[in-house]
Amino acid sequence: MTEDVKLMKGNEAIAHAAIRYGADGYFGYPITPQSEIMETLMEMKPWETTGMVVLQAESEVAAINMVYGGAGCGKAVMTSSSSPGVSLKQEGISYIAGAELPCLIDNVMRGGPGLGTIQPSQADYFQTVKGGGHGDYRLITLAPASVQEMADFVGLGFDLAFKYNNPAIILADGIIGQMMEKVVLPPFRPRRTEEEIRKQMPWATQGKLVGHKRNVITSLELDPAIMEENNIRFQAKYRKIEEAEVRYEEIGCENADYLMVAFGSMARICLKTQEMARAEGIKVGVLRPITLWPFPSKAIAEYADKVKGMISVELNAGQMVEDIRLAVNGKVKVEHFGRLGGIVPTPDEVLDALKQKLL
Amino acid sequence: MDVNEIIKPENIVYTKPRLMNDNPMHYCPGCSHGVVHKLIAEVIDEMGMEEKAIGIAPVGCAVFAYNYIDIDWLEAAHGRAPAIATAVKRLNPSKMVFTYQGDGDLAAIGTAETIHACNRGENIVIIFINNAIYGMTGGQMAPTTLEGMVTATCPYGRNVELNGYPLKISNLVAQLDGTCYVTRQSVHTAAAVKKAKKALRQAFENSMARKGTSLIEFVSTCNSGWKMTPDQANKWMEQNMFAKYPLGDLKNE
Repeated sequence: MTEDVKLMKGNEAIAHAAIRYGADGYFGYPITPQSEIMETLMEMKPWETTGMVVLQAESEVAAINMVYGGAGCGKAVMTSSSSPGVSLKQEGISYIAGAELPCLIDNVMRGGPGLGTIQPSQADYFQTVKGGGHGDYRLITLAPASVQEMADFVGLGFDLAFKYNNPAIILADGIIGQMMEKVVLPPFRPRRTEEEIRKQMPWATQGKLVGHKRNVITSLELDPAIMEENNIRFQAKYRKIEEAEVRYEEIGCENADYLMVAFGSMARICLKTQEMARAEGIKVGVLRPITLWPFPSKAIAEYADKVKGMISVELNAGQMVEDIRLAVNGKVKVEHFGRLGGIVPTPDEVLDALKQKLL
Repeated sequence: MDVNEIIKPENIVYTKPRLMNDNPMHYCPGCSHGVVHKLIAEVIDEMGMEEKAIGIAPVGCAVFAYNYIDIDWLEAAHGRAPAIATAVKRLNPSKMVFTYQGDGDLAAIGTAETIHACNRGENIVIIFINNAIYGMTGGQMAPTTLEGMVTATCPYGRNVELNGYPLKISNLVAQLDGTCYVTRQSVHTAAAVKKAKKALRQAFENSMARKGTSLIEFVSTCNSGWKMTPDQANKWMEQNMFAKYPLGDLKNE
């Protein structure tokens, strides 16, 4: 159906997809380069159509705690921000993970540290996949490389979050958020009714029915023996997610002599580099992790015996490269190339780096 | 009269509220929390709102409020209860949503969340226990600690040059267009308890009538933190706390 193909920004696609998914609430605070998400939602007034609540909070801290409250009631709720704002949300994210609540977070990354720049970056990889907040927890991390994936990962993120009672995050960057592309929006789904929530999420605080046990949403447990059991349960869940939910894309990796590993907008640039390299007779494959956690370690490890070298191309000083090195465990040379602080490399810059570091 | 005679229903003059469960309370004897908990449980039950009530517990002494009142609860991060209550109420407009917070939670780390929830006129009830001290962490200075009052972090007494002034946050909140009812109550005498219960009922009714935010400040004692007997603490509160935080309605629209 051609009428469903739209041209829009990645940020706008997130907003449209959230309404169509049947999200119950969005809570946010303006920050560049992702403000279009809340702007689009406010313009579309979904509270008049689907009943979705959209609220501009007083801070990113308040917004993530609103998400905690909504998620605790079994609602499909989300927030979005960019790097400095996501730093502020870390406390709330840790509480959400600790209380085992489903929700969707969107980080449209910009350059840091500190107030940094509003230009694109991928320097929040560590923050997202290694923790960020306090305690041993994991975020299901989806890295979109197109406007289409911005739209698709809203539904996928919510579905995974509810499947595992765990927060999911879309880790995009300023390019993916701001660029315009064609997108096919997902179909409309109805929001869950209170009865559906009570049935599907029996732990949710929807009000204690007479004769039922009350529900309490908390991450607090003062008895360390029980707290350890809780942590062991979290870890078992994380192992299950690592087994079942790894997603990645391999582009021209058969018979490749070298492997470029890149996610998000950087993977798009690497595709051009790959084309240029092939034209020069250098056989390069591109492996694009779609889930950054769980990380496609096994898939990457399988290339350790097949290629002469790997290069991790990132918009940061070398973060994902550590996970690639852990995956291949010294079997093959793994190099890193990145530009920092909001600078995006050109495809030939990446090709030069590849030649210099691997050939 | 033997025991069986005494416990006949017609002789019962007082019972534990139905919505208070049997978990042993961790509060110190003499503390105001237990009485306020009891009043909340009674009011929810009397309003027939057991199935609609959702409480947001704070960080502080009342962190375990969810262990005692038999309704659904969410435990908040420190100071964030009004933000959580905002979402719970907006996403579930038919529910009766309240926060229960101490002075550090509500008037220090959570000041922004308090002010903005009130300013948006969220249809929630904020129950504020002001005992002028951080009880849970061992008696440190609170934003509401009185001038000259000794705590673990102002061992020579609160000095305004060093620590600033006691924060009358209810007066602040009463100025906001989003609040419909702001009142100071106490629970140190039978008469005060009666008045406090009426105030609670009104606040909960306001929230269901979508009139805006209601905040009830309970000027309270922390006899352990104040290092007094419960009786001394009540007297000290009357003489010192009420002078700074006078009881009565600050706003009732």
